[in-house]
Amino acid sequence: MRTDAAALPAGLRAGAAADFVHRIGPVAVIVAVVIVVWYAAAVWLNAPQVIDRFKSDEKPWTARELIDATWSMERPVLPAPHQIAQNFYETVFQTSIESKRSLVYHAGVTVSATLLGFVFGTVLGILLAVGIVHSPVLDRSLLPWIIASQTVPILAIAPMVVVVLGSIGFVGLFPKAVISMYLCFFPVTIGMVKGLRSPDPLQLDLMRTYSASSAQVLWKLRWPAAIDFLFASLKVAIATSLVGAIVGELPTGAQAGLGARLLSGSYYGQTIQIWSALIMASIIGVALVALVGLLEHLVARRMGRPG
Amino acid sequence: MSTIDAGAALASQGTPAASSARSAAESTAIEIRGLSLTFQSADTPVVALDDINLSIRRGEFVSFIGPSGCGKTTLLRVIADLETPSAGSIAVNGVSPESARVNRAYGYVFQAPALYAWRSVMRNVMLPLEIIGMAATERKTRAASYLSMVGLTGFERKFPWQLSGGMQQRVSIARALAFEPELLLMDEPFGALDEITRDHLNDQLLRLYEQTGKTVVFVTHSISEAVFLSNRIVVMSPRPGRILEIIDNVLPAGRRLDIRETTRFLEVAHRVRQALRAGHSYED
Amino acid sequence: MNLRPLRVAALLLMMAGLVAPAGANGWLGGRAALACALCSIFCAGAGLRRWDPILEGGLTILAVLLGAAAPLILLDAPGPFGTAAPGIWLFLTGWALLLWSGLSILSRLPRHGAGALAAPAAFGVALLYLWQVLVVGFAVPQVLLPAPTQVGHILATRMDILWPDFQQTFLKAVLSGYAIGCTAGFLVAVIADRVPFVKRGLLPLSGLVSAVPIVGIAPILVMWFGFDWQSKAAVVVVVTFFPMLVNTLAGLAAADAMQRDLMHSYAASYAQTLMKLRLPAALPFVFNALKINSTLALIAAIVAEFFGSPILGLGFRISAEVARLNVDVVWAVIAIAALAGSMFYGVIAVVERACTFWHPSYRA
Repeated sequence: MRTDAAALPAGLRAGAAADFVHRIGPVAVIVAVVIVVWYAAAVWLNAPQVIDRFKSDEKPWTARELIDATWSMERPVLPAPHQIAQNFYETVFQTSIESKRSLVYHAGVTVSATLLGFVFGTVLGILLAVGIVHSPVLDRSLLPWIIASQTVPILAIAPMVVVVLGSIGFVGLFPKAVISMYLCFFPVTIGMVKGLRSPDPLQLDLMRTYSASSAQVLWKLRWPAAIDFLFASLKVAIATSLVGAIVGELPTGAQAGLGARLLSGSYYGQTIQIWSALIMASIIGVALVALVGLLEHLVARRMGRPG
Repeated sequence: MSTIDAGAALASQGTPAASSARSAAESTAIEIRGLSLTFQSADTPVVALDDINLSIRRGEFVSFIGPSGCGKTTLLRVIADLETPSAGSIAVNGVSPESARVNRAYGYVFQAPALYAWRSVMRNVMLPLEIIGMAATERKTRAASYLSMVGLTGFERKFPWQLSGGMQQRVSIARALAFEPELLLMDEPFGALDEITRDHLNDQLLRLYEQTGKTVVFVTHSISEAVFLSNRIVVMSPRPGRILEIIDNVLPAGRRLDIRETTRFLEVAHRVRQALRAGHSYED
Repeated sequence: MNLRPLRVAALLLMMAGLVAPAGANGWLGGRAALACALCSIFCAGAGLRRWDPILEGGLTILAVLLGAAAPLILLDAPGPFGTAAPGIWLFLTGWALLLWSGLSILSRLPRHGAGALAAPAAFGVALLYLWQVLVVGFAVPQVLLPAPTQVGHILATRMDILWPDFQQTFLKAVLSGYAIGCTAGFLVAVIADRVPFVKRGLLPLSGLVSAVPIVGIAPILVMWFGFDWQSKAAVVVVVTFFPMLVNTLAGLAAADAMQRDLMHSYAASYAQTLMKLRLPAALPFVFNALKINSTLALIAAIVAEFFGSPILGLGFRISAEVARLNVDVVWAVIAIAALAGSMFYGVIAVVERACTFWHPSYRA
């Protein structure tokens, strides 16, 4: 540890303000740089189309007009940030939630599949983990396959799941939830196995001296020890579940959901729509992870930890 | 200590007495005047060192001893330019600690071996030699000779985790010696080892010291270790760290482990213990 | 765990299965099947006596193998099975319990060396077997779930289209995107480590970007780079960049304080400290990212192909054949993708072992 004997901020307030600038400053700078580069890239990428249009109009054009035109195309190659912001605002706040054009409606469809799959996947993951920790057979036979399954591109199966389940009558929410479940059980299983095995051997020995049954050890020692691991996995799982729900909307050309918006935007060249959907998806992703974090905080408080 | 003070003062006056005083001053390895260090922490500042005055001559073996938190490690780190003092002055080999560090004037041995797990024993000892740019063949011979000095010939190809704690610490000492600094700074190097290994390593270290004649500054919290190894013992108080007393060790050179049962040894140890008690080291 | 009740139950169920109806010809119609079933029951029964463990294990394995053969042979004959043949299913249920006890024995083998693979391998083969038997026995429509033999048939005969698909997706898109993305992530991490301003700015942003379902950028990149493999490689680059960045940064901070103080005491330059201490200490983290990225890269390339591809590519093949309900081809593609993904991961794990043999995780 090296101390700086040089002048330190006098007073706590000045220190806090300096700390804030210290942390937000670089992020703000990089965001600003990204936005500038984005606008420039929009000009560069959209210019060819605009120039073609000008040529066909046979009117003289200035650089200023060119730039303005590249930033306000209907189907740009790269939309300008303000175009995306505008579209986002319109489809979220200025469209009724019932309407098929509302981004909130589509987000809701995707989120419902995400949450359902997340719940199924979590339950499945926990059950598998408890089984693996208590049965040597499952531990040696099943766990290697679960780990190996991580190397399989699981999302590749998504279309098949949707189509196959569709052919036996399951459409809409359920196939997407199945894909999400399949994606998110893995981190929960692995995290819980680690967590359930995390108690110190000395603590396990103590339980043995009490002649505690496996169920008692599970409930009183292993489960509380695994909570941290569980929540870390849940954060990964819910983000993956969202991806699964979106990909589940791709294969059959679903009509509703963020994945459907991405797909239709891609088919019809509506780039602004694609970017809006992406931004909504990332906002939802962050919100869902934050929700899990909040849950974690509440549980930790109840367990009497600083959390 | 006061002789050196006076000598340093005379040295700057250019009298005939000054030249002898100057050579006396040049034989000072470390000169510390009025050193203080306060750590700025979130709630209250922590005074780690308070007005330390100390001179260490070349070739001396000096121990710092005191209760936990008394600042002895901090003082060692200041000498090594791993911490910056808040007040006072310190000169190592006549220059600032930073210059001494840049000139690679000292070897540092930490409480834990701090070996690099991906390097073999041999390559760990060669690490400082690579950094100072020594030629490859010379690196090898140097490292091999210092490994044999600490009694680890035959373990060159092993990796740190294949060695016991005591052996790892010996590698760490060989590494500190390898680029042949004049000054050796050791921070409780044997603290994590069991007593039998400790005794053995104490004996080895003493022999090494007698063989090489380096200046050694040794931090410990073991009274018998301090008395056995050093020719001067600096007793420090609990926080804020001050020097309570400096005890000259009257034990004969060439001593071995069995001296620890003699009356003279116990007398010195008693003096150290009394100094610690006077400084309230044994109270809560 | 006491296996005796399990084994007794297995034996009883298998014997009950022999008595119950087993399809049009029944057990008596298929001599070979009957012979296998009887031998299997005999071995299982013999295994109930307390022999020494090796004999007991051998008898159990023999019983499992023979018992597996019986339904297979029976199902070869024509005629409806399914609910009309409860005998087979009773027998199979008993067999499954026997399998469990066999796995129990295999699970006691040491965890290192060749024996470690016995239990998962046996489990995998058993799953394939059950899949085959159940699909054939219940005449599951091929559209829903093809039998493993059908998938194997496709793999054997349709390599003419599957191999070019593999080349397009894996050899071109995945490998090039992976190389570029990981290298870029690594270099940016080293730069960010040197310039703390960049690090403080990038880390929160990379957290935000990784929250974006990366698959969503695929249509945009297809629009920019065209339909061919380059756009898929671009998706792979974006997907692999951030895990590599975050993990390398974490790894560069991994060297502990004492080791860094040591370098400081040697007055080592930034470059020397980086090369001799911080990069080697960062390797475990770097390899963690390389392993994660190996699976992410393949997924990203395949999903990107769902958004548009020339008539080539694993992802394209999946979406095209799914639309035509050629589910066996889809499964064959999935098998190829699974194999490619596992081998890719395996190669990296082997290299990791060679480079980070010193890490405590290998000594547990």
